[in-house]
Amino acid sequence: MNRRFGSVVLDTAFRYLVPFILVYAVYVLIHGEDSPGGGFQAGALFGIAIVLEHLVHGDKAFLKIPGTWAVAVAGGGALFYGLIGLFCILSGGNMLQYGMLPLMQDVVERHVLGILGIEIGVTICVMATIVAIFNALTGREDLL
Amino acid sequence: MKLFSYLSLGLMVVVLFATAGGLPVLFDKNSPAAVNVSPRYIEESHRETGSPNFVTAVLADYRGYDTLGETTVIFTAGVAAVLLLRTGRKNGDDSGVDGE
Amino acid sequence: MIKELLASHLVYWLIIILFMLGPFGIILQKNLVKKLMAMNIMQVAVIIFFLVLGQKEGATLPIEIHGLTGAANYINPLPHALMLTAIVVSLSTTGVALALLLLLQKKYGVLEEDELLRRMN
Repeated sequence: MNRRFGSVVLDTAFRYLVPFILVYAVYVLIHGEDSPGGGFQAGALFGIAIVLEHLVHGDKAFLKIPGTWAVAVAGGGALFYGLIGLFCILSGGNMLQYGMLPLMQDVVERHVLGILGIEIGVTICVMATIVAIFNALTGREDLL
Repeated sequence: MKLFSYLSLGLMVVVLFATAGGLPVLFDKNSPAAVNVSPRYIEESHRETGSPNFVTAVLADYRGYDTLGETTVIFTAGVAAVLLLRTGRKNGDDSGVDGE
Repeated sequence: MIKELLASHLVYWLIIILFMLGPFGIILQKNLVKKLMAMNIMQVAVIIFFLVLGQKEGATLPIEIHGLTGAANYINPLPHALMLTAIVVSLSTTGVALALLLLLQKKYGVLEEDELLRRMN
């Protein structure tokens, strides 16, 4: 994918758009409890940012998750989610019962922390899955 | 066979349009979906989970196990896409279906 | 006027028309890519149907505003939570379907259904 993606205007616009998409994705993830947002949306935004960067810069992209690593990162996100559930079991509660997390004093703060944790897991999984599917579909130039 | 396709499609259209009248009116405050479960979520979820966003509270707290399953489904779909289109760099001849 | 018309089940009729584009496309189209597009349209219709079921008269977003309490003031959060995951899952299944179509195109060189069945046998 070394050839240019679109016209000069499109390439330049995407180059400036990518950092804003990244900032917006972080905002959607962190602020997802007080406003519209959450893990799935933030993951889609991160994935789109990485895909745009790859489309514009080709192999010299700054942000990229190479080939098989993307699947490993996606599995890491899902594993992170599952580990939080397991951590709740080890702390004496049920699966994903955030009130039993031994991290904060207040029960509500534990819930907020647990929700943020699993949303980070979901974000990593969705982002890496989008990048993995994109890499798989565009990596086979012989098929296109 | 062609006739059967058209007949089944026509039957589907007729059944769907005939049963649409039984659905609740749009913007109905007393529809079954609005009175049974959701008031509990709307009234209690901020106090119980600390999240003002009810959708996040339902998605990540009350139905956290469901979301874990959804995440696994997404991950599995990613694995399936990558395995289908793998290039097979390690063994030159063992490369999926594109051996011919 | 249009609101009363929509409320008296017109919105469900529109959703049914959108939904039926899916089965019609899947059964009657011969091209596999068009079948996939019809399947995605069907998914969108189901998502819109669920979101329509969650609406309430005079209610706001399902995000708590300070001082505004009561279940009648917020729309139903449950369809939103369910459809949020459905959208992302539909994205990944579309990715898998496109991968399968790429392999079919590579192996048989065609994506038309009858031609494909003829070349398979």
